[in-house]
Amino acid sequence: MAEANLIILVICLMLYVLLGGADFGGGILELLSRGKASKIVSRAIAPVWEANHVWLILVVVILFVGFPSVYSTVLTALHIPVLLVLLGIIARGSAFTFRHYDIDEERPKAIYSAIFRYSSVFTTFFLGVTVGGLILGEITMDYQLGFYQVYIHPWLNWFSVSMGLFMVLLFAFLAGIFTVSEIEDKDYIIYFTRMTKRLLISLVVMGAIVFATAKVAGHPLLKDFINSPISVACIVIATLALPAFWYFLNKNKGNWLRLTAGLQTTLIVTGWFAIQFPVLVKTKSGHDITIQAAKAPEQVQLFLLIALIVGVLIIFPAMGFLYKTFKFSEEPES
Amino acid sequence: MDEFLAARMQMAVSLGFHIVFACIGMVMPWFMFVAEWKWLRTKNPVYLDLAKAWAKGVAIFFAVGAVSGTVLSFELGMLWPTFMQHAGPIFGMPFSWEGTAFFVEAIALGLFLYGWKRLNKWVHLYTGMVVGISGVLSGIFVVSANAWMNSPSGFDWIDGQAFNIDPVKAMFNKAWFSQAHHMTIAAFSATGFAVAGVHAVLYMKNKLEIHAKAITIALAFASVAAVLQPISGDLAAKNVAKLQPAKLAAFESHFKTEEKASLIIGGIPDVENREVKYAIKLPGFLSFLAHGDFNAEVKGLEEFPEEEWPPVPITHYSFQLMVGIGMFLMLIAALFFAGTYKWKHWFEKKWWLRLLAIATPLGFIAVEAGWVVTEVGRQPWIIYGIMKTKDSLTPMPGIQYTFYTITAVYVILTFVVTWLLSRQIQLLQSKYLKNG
Repeated sequence: MAEANLIILVICLMLYVLLGGADFGGGILELLSRGKASKIVSRAIAPVWEANHVWLILVVVILFVGFPSVYSTVLTALHIPVLLVLLGIIARGSAFTFRHYDIDEERPKAIYSAIFRYSSVFTTFFLGVTVGGLILGEITMDYQLGFYQVYIHPWLNWFSVSMGLFMVLLFAFLAGIFTVSEIEDKDYIIYFTRMTKRLLISLVVMGAIVFATAKVAGHPLLKDFINSPISVACIVIATLALPAFWYFLNKNKGNWLRLTAGLQTTLIVTGWFAIQFPVLVKTKSGHDITIQAAKAPEQVQLFLLIALIVGVLIIFPAMGFLYKTFKFSEEPES
Repeated sequence: MDEFLAARMQMAVSLGFHIVFACIGMVMPWFMFVAEWKWLRTKNPVYLDLAKAWAKGVAIFFAVGAVSGTVLSFELGMLWPTFMQHAGPIFGMPFSWEGTAFFVEAIALGLFLYGWKRLNKWVHLYTGMVVGISGVLSGIFVVSANAWMNSPSGFDWIDGQAFNIDPVKAMFNKAWFSQAHHMTIAAFSATGFAVAGVHAVLYMKNKLEIHAKAITIALAFASVAAVLQPISGDLAAKNVAKLQPAKLAAFESHFKTEEKASLIIGGIPDVENREVKYAIKLPGFLSFLAHGDFNAEVKGLEEFPEEEWPPVPITHYSFQLMVGIGMFLMLIAALFFAGTYKWKHWFEKKWWLRLLAIATPLGFIAVEAGWVVTEVGRQPWIIYGIMKTKDSLTPMPGIQYTFYTITAVYVILTFVVTWLLSRQIQLLQSKYLKNG
């Protein structure tokens, strides 16, 4: 039962990376394009961003109900980067809404836009840093080691920082895909296609840097990847999909683009999860928190699973209707 | 600042901030729903303008409520990891349902806000109703989880570990129902009076039809709530008397166990000498309110070791404030019903609009006070009778800095939202003043 809940957790995480990630990336893209993307980003994400971010809340809830020691340990050791993510989430969500709803005036709009863009980068970066901290395994519960070792070192290192940058590029890239498939203006298509290609290349390079910094930090990330058949399969498929992806990008095939980009992101998350499992949090002492150690009793898992299944049965059709209404139909004339 | 105090203050600020946005986010959709429905029925465009104006307000409050709620779901673990490690699996069920309810609310709100042109108008109206229902449900789920902290059930506590967890029993703990209705009604009352008050101030300056209509819709909700609230409060207090006698004793600064216990109104509690100075005392009434019998015995704080007392003065003052405001709002509600029934000309009178203007913040002050009553009144426990708040504190030092940061962010947000709303209101006004 705990395994089923864990799988749902990973699916929620993927959806958060894909949908929420594209929203975060929207802000990053606005920054990169010096505001060119503003209108498109606003129109594309305004109706869906709130819903997209509920995936994160589901992740958190599944964690503290189903795997409470993971929740407590992570939020203690990674208190600082998580706090920074939260501050970013507040700034971003508020600024985006205010930009949309404040009356049309240059100055406040410019301020909201600036906050939205920079906090998008900031939040995404620290989200990546937090994930980096989770993977690296420098987390410790030995509080005698001192403030730096316990609360700073697990996330302030080259590996986590490169994970942060990787996340920024990944989210910007996802937003690029969504933007390219949303716009109709020819010049903009060319502009954003070029930007998305550059982001893709940077992403691949950054991925290599992530592996390199892991090696430097003494984490056998590459070896783990190679030793896990699922991870290898994920990487191979993701790599093979690249040329197809490039082709769709050149031909501007919107739906195919989204599909392949979604597939690649899903593969990255699955590949990582495959090497991590059954460990949920790696720690310095080697007493890693596994699913066996962290899971709440069966009775709890059962009721969690029921709630999640019922939730999914309600949420997915509703979400589908939301997307159908705003993403795949034209705005009627008023 | 002491780490423990800083953590509690951060929690208080975060919840105190979130609760306002959450209340408005769950109640205002009902107002915009009624306004749109009225528009569909009467074809009076004023109602459409009102529905759209309120929808903008809802969007802003919902967004800020959503981000501050997200922050809370992390803060619980960042500040109280030991509590969450034990409590998460037990009281998590309402949270997992809350996730779904909140999801539905976010989706329906997206459809409502951006679907004016894209959706059939009745489907659009329906999405507004879904926002309202799922909003209220998420509120009830969260409150049910909080009620579990006051009345923990659905597990056996053996040597600092929970066994035989029954999530259903934990969710439907003995306090959930009384807390759920009390909080939901409070949200309707506070939001209704706040919205009516703002429009009353505007109506005093410009007698626009839109404000008159707005006042009527908001007050109708608020008044029903304000009349129900004392009944709900009475049930809640009786429940507290049964489940958390020390908390009830702190509400009333009731130090000595006695029969025919007096209800204390106002006064200054003197904890050292165990007495209340300068208070009005109504003999027997506390016994009656707590147990339905003027002669019943009411347990005093003396029954409990002093280290298990909640901070008496804060709990006492907050309780008095909450009840006092509740009574005042009920009076306004009675006037509203009387006026609707027979004396409609009142509603144009200056004294009436002034009264509404005064009531604008009162409901929310009562909500905050009530929250203090239930949270501070539970201290020193985080899980009543099971785990002390100080034992669940995060080991991370320097919480005061996160407290300062979060406080600063929320203060800034409060100013920006206020400023934004006043600009929106001006915009709405200017449209009408130009035309009229």
